[in-house]
Amino acid sequence: MTPPPALRFEGSARIGGTPVFGPISLCAGAGEWTCLLGTSGVGKTTLLRLIAGVDEVTEFSGMIRASDGVPLHGRLALMAQDDLLMPWLSVIDNVLLGARLRGEQPDRTRAAKVLDQTGLTRHAGKKPRALSGGQRQRAALARTLMEDRPVLLLDEPFSALDAVTRAQMQDLTARLLRGRTVLMVTHDPAEAVRLGDAIQVMAPDGLSAVPPPSGPAPRPADASEVLKAQAALLASLRQSA
Amino acid sequence: MTTGSTFPRQARRAAWLLGSLVLALGLWQSVVWLAVPPPYILPGPVEVAAEFIASGQMILRHAGFTLTEVILGLLLGTVLGAGSAVALAASRVARALLRPIMVFSQAIPVFVIAPILMLWFGYGIWPKVMMALLIIYFPVTSAFFDALMRTPQPWLDLARVMGAHRGRVMRHVRIPAALPGLASGLRLAAVYAPIGVIISEWVGASRGIGYLVLWANSRSKVDLMFATTMTLAAMTLLLYAAVDAACRRWLDRPGS
Repeated sequence: MTPPPALRFEGSARIGGTPVFGPISLCAGAGEWTCLLGTSGVGKTTLLRLIAGVDEVTEFSGMIRASDGVPLHGRLALMAQDDLLMPWLSVIDNVLLGARLRGEQPDRTRAAKVLDQTGLTRHAGKKPRALSGGQRQRAALARTLMEDRPVLLLDEPFSALDAVTRAQMQDLTARLLRGRTVLMVTHDPAEAVRLGDAIQVMAPDGLSAVPPPSGPAPRPADASEVLKAQAALLASLRQSA
Repeated sequence: MTTGSTFPRQARRAAWLLGSLVLALGLWQSVVWLAVPPPYILPGPVEVAAEFIASGQMILRHAGFTLTEVILGLLLGTVLGAGSAVALAASRVARALLRPIMVFSQAIPVFVIAPILMLWFGYGIWPKVMMALLIIYFPVTSAFFDALMRTPQPWLDLARVMGAHRGRVMRHVRIPAALPGLASGLRLAAVYAPIGVIISEWVGASRGIGYLVLWANSRSKVDLMFATTMTLAAMTLLLYAAVDAACRRWLDRPGS
């Protein structure tokens, strides 16, 4: 993996002439975890899809680039709310999907290591339907890790999980993705203050930064500073709505 | 799904099937008892069963020929239909060029094509196989193509971000995701293919179920016509069940 660059996004988006969001400027720091919050429909997912290069509907004017000047294509990985596991493939084959799709030799040794890191070794041969929601999302994380990309785009990856599984997934993901440039869309202020090195609130009139609590992520959810930051973030979100 | 819950469901289904068969036979026998039609118009189920026992060997021999033609037609039609669907899904040019031809071909009734096929391929097995192929080609292509065009967009986005090649997305994502659609087409094909073969056997054949029905008709052997027709129906049902079972088994592990 190349050293993670910072991610810069500047511009505005429209669909069929209707503005999705106005001119905004976002920078996700190199090797940092940036959380993007905002009310539904404000354009967070559109922004993420534009960066991923998979949005063919939105008209975008502006620039999206990495701080090192190298094109982003091929240096991104995507993790969504839906695990996007192929139901006909076993867990290990899902983890190796990227290599197969690029026509590369699948590295089974690395895949086994990634499955070990995500605690899925026992489930390697199972089909996704035999897994719980948390295990499926861990398999999606394993697939993301296997891609070994410096920039990661996460679109509410934990929002469909129960509270305990979500907290476990947050810890695991924070540990395993440490050192990469992560841009995560989330609706959950508690999640943002636990995981974010930077927090941005997106509103129709632009972005505003909210200071994260001090200390390395993942932060304890019950620490007073974390709880205070969560309250401040919620207030900021309500103000932006 | 556990075996414990599957077995009673299958047993219940079998019981209902048996019940509807008994009901149909009962209705048929009641009509014969009540209306008392002459046996050369409507024989009763008992007479038909007796005829099947008497001429069973001959009926089954002809059924064997028909079944061979149906299976060959099914295999060729499936290969051609699935191949066409993939080509159509993969290429905009193929879609623009071939879809109008395919739709136009469906506007020609297969009955009209049967004599032409005989003219081209003779009286042997091939016009029958071609007829089965033609009749199943569109349903197989159409069902598989529709499914290929409905791959969930998030899967395609994921593949794109992974840097996938187009051909490999087709092979590793779109085709496996569309196999249930192909299976629907194959189930339809299992029912349609015998129709194509029978039409072709009517037009010109010296063996097969279609030939035997016409032969029995020309000799007013109505009970033989019924016994042959029932054999064809049973054959089609068994073929459907076999294709359905194969599809279910296959879909349980389509990517492996």
